Amino acid sequence: MANNQRPLSPHLGIYKWPLAMAISILHRMTGVALAIGAVLMVAVFVTVAADPESYEWIRGILSSKTGKAFLFLWTFALFLHLCNGVRHLFWDAGYGFEKQTTFNSGVFTIIATAALTIAVWGYAYFF
Amino acid sequence: MSLRTPLSEAKGLGSAKEGASHWWLQRLTAIALVPLAIWFAFAVACIGNASHAEVHAWLANPFIAVALILFIAATFYHTQLGLQVIVEDYVHGWLKVVTLIILNFLCIALAVVGIVALLKIFL
Repeated sequence: MANNQRPLSPHLGIYKWPLAMAISILHRMTGVALAIGAVLMVAVFVTVAADPESYEWIRGILSSKTGKAFLFLWTFALFLHLCNGVRHLFWDAGYGFEKQTTFNSGVFTIIATAALTIAVWGYAYFF
Repeated sequence: MSLRTPLSEAKGLGSAKEGASHWWLQRLTAIALVPLAIWFAFAVACIGNASHAEVHAWLANPFIAVALILFIAATFYHTQLGLQVIVEDYVHGWLKVVTLIILNFLCIALAVVGIVALLKIFL
């Protein structure tokens, strides 16, 4: 008969979230989000090719408050996926596997993402 | 004609030597997308909330058109490879096969639609 009183391996819920785990999950989530964003990008090109009326329709949606919030999240997702993607390329080349280096490159990924997101919106605002 | 079974002929021939192609193409498209995506984000930020005529004129520039066609191609190739890995992780059995077929068709169709739209503007 099976002994149901045996100790269980701790479930995921009790672990403290390490930075590497959080960024890894975000990398996948932003990847899916960017796939949806890519569909919207094609939709914009199609409306430009179609006629000014359909372009104005999609422009109205994107320049609304909700649209701008969506675009902001889009740039954030794009730069996070991009910066962490570059981090992955370094790992692929065989660099940066030490525990402290992995943590540092994770922090750098977050800082670079924030900097690029602010830069692109600053650029949009001032130019 | 050999009397050996197809299985015995295949045994010992090693792999099909294509094991790393998915991994490699994911990295290849990733490297291409690093400059293209940064350029795209800043270019869109620059053109911003422009009128139809302005956007149309911008897209009619051959350098912009070429860069955007490359961006669309690399984006949807990379998207297909990435979403395939996610589907393989979470979807199983026949549903996986069906999802992967739909995913492939969607990515190819969207890339072609985007490129044709850009060519219509450019040409």
